[in-house]
Amino acid sequence: MRIKFRNFLGKYMIVLVLIGLMIFSGIITPAFLKPRNILNIFWQTSYVGIIAIGITFVMIAGGIDLSVGSMLALLGAFAITTSNKLGNGVGPTLVSILLTYALASLLGLGMGILTTKGKIPAFITTLGGMAIYRSLVLNFANGGVYMSFSRTFSSFGMKFVAGLPLPMIVFIAYAVLAYIVLDKTRFGRYVYAVGANETAAVYSAIKVDTIRTITYIISGVSVATSAILLSSMMASVSSSSTGSGFELDAIAAAVIGGTSLSGGKGTIFGTFFGALILGVVNNMLVMLNVAVYLQGMVKGLIIIAAVLLQNLRK
Amino acid sequence: MKKLLVALVLVLTLVGFAAKYKIGVAIPAADHGWTGGMVWWAQYAIKQYQNDPDVEFYLVTAREPSEQIAQVQALLARGINALVINPYESAPLTPICVQAFRQGVYTVIVDRGINSEEYNVYIAGDNYMYGYLAGKYIAEKLKGKGNVVVIRGIPSTIDDERVKAFKDAIAPYPDLKIIAEQPGYWSREKAFEVMQTLLTKFPQIDAVWTGDDDMLHGVLIALRQAGRDKNIVLVGGACEKNIVKMIMDGHPLIEVDFTYPPNMIATAINLAVMGLKGQSLNGFYQKGIPRKITLSTETVTRQNAKDYYFPDSVF
Repeated sequence: MRIKFRNFLGKYMIVLVLIGLMIFSGIITPAFLKPRNILNIFWQTSYVGIIAIGITFVMIAGGIDLSVGSMLALLGAFAITTSNKLGNGVGPTLVSILLTYALASLLGLGMGILTTKGKIPAFITTLGGMAIYRSLVLNFANGGVYMSFSRTFSSFGMKFVAGLPLPMIVFIAYAVLAYIVLDKTRFGRYVYAVGANETAAVYSAIKVDTIRTITYIISGVSVATSAILLSSMMASVSSSSTGSGFELDAIAAAVIGGTSLSGGKGTIFGTFFGALILGVVNNMLVMLNVAVYLQGMVKGLIIIAAVLLQNLRK
Repeated sequence: MKKLLVALVLVLTLVGFAAKYKIGVAIPAADHGWTGGMVWWAQYAIKQYQNDPDVEFYLVTAREPSEQIAQVQALLARGINALVINPYESAPLTPICVQAFRQGVYTVIVDRGINSEEYNVYIAGDNYMYGYLAGKYIAEKLKGKGNVVVIRGIPSTIDDERVKAFKDAIAPYPDLKIIAEQPGYWSREKAFEVMQTLLTKFPQIDAVWTGDDDMLHGVLIALRQAGRDKNIVLVGGACEKNIVKMIMDGHPLIEVDFTYPPNMIATAINLAVMGLKGQSLNGFYQKGIPRKITLSTETVTRQNAKDYYFPDSVF
């Protein structure tokens, strides 16, 4: 019973941390707990959250993806440009979304092949990707902003469905889907196996390189999902600032959620709540009107404390 | 006498052709809308000289101070005659700028100053008035009474000066309260997020001042989405082209903007050329280029907006 309880705590500690943070903020500023604000937190978290889910696959398989932030800007810019070219309407918008997913899968495939077949450390390939994507985005916009002129494309990013913001619904649905893929399929078990012990995986006749490459494609697809939602909502992509720093937030969300930087460990459940903790912290800083220069410190302390609390349980 | 004059002109033109001025332009890379604008204007100004055989330009952009230092060293090695630089940061770039000046390179420092007086020209925007005029406008528009939200840029000395000036301007109005002051990091997405949160917290917001127009776009989206895009005074700054267009078309919430022109780099490039050629400014009895220039913060309204609208620019 005791052991069971400890296991339970170990697994759900992150939820307790999140609830604790929310109660704390709610006591200081009651407005924090307004349903509207809770929806906002989910909404604001969803962009980094969806990317973090993709990165969880990559990290469990023993890789890392630093390119996601720049890729977000590139794919968002691509979606906007193609939908501008194709014009208004549901059909053209769907086509441009599909093209964006196609490009994302292609980029992920490229990263995967370079990392596995090219034997380049993932840190380097994706660092290169980060620089290349950003530079392309800057180049095509000459450092400026990509504006959406398609009314259809810029309409769904801010839609509410059944009283909930669309990005939030996509975030939750995406997390459930990812949970099923990672926990309930053979592919999911292979991802863990590849990250935990590559040699053992090879001897078990697992196609290590293929599995790894697929995780990069999943990361790309996640970024595309986030990019489409974000660029639709903002009806624009800034070639210089959109997505910058997202890679760190996404990796942080995964790590807060218990994903190991050295591979083999991690859950979608953890990443989901890790992302929410980051979202709550960001929201809290504004809600509590934390002094501008101290925000970084508060954020850093909470992140470290959240991981420390989980480790103490073990 | 006439012959002598002709000969003189001929000699002067020959000398002029022989003298080729190499000008290095070093600026930070585009990391948000405004710096993107600066890169665009630098390219624009350089293009204006493409038919002038006297001058030749080298434009470099840097992502961090050490990269910029390396770039300036490379420019000096190339033997530039003038250096136009918007230092990435003051302290680390000071030694290399001073070195350039001591080597006899005509040094024009743009916007962010260096910690030394050893330069030829320093040209900058007016951060104080940029914040002050925004505060004054909001105070007068609200008749000295109401709740104001401040969404500032990346916390930095420039941003501090603007925010301080804003507060100075509203200080005479005790009923005008700043109910929140939060950083939006000069980013649309971040400003959207901050505004969305503040709208849930505060049922009554009478005015929003964002540190620049990029963030104002984010605020506009948040207001529209919350259905609160009425009875609110909005002020941004730096004249991003789409905001200027809105003012020009009579936007109900945004009536005014204030310049902090990224095209100061274009002016600086012109000053470098004029300095090298020994020209003076019109209207000045003195010779040469003034050593310190603070550009005035201009107020853009519906009446004059068309003079500030550059549809081809990226900012």
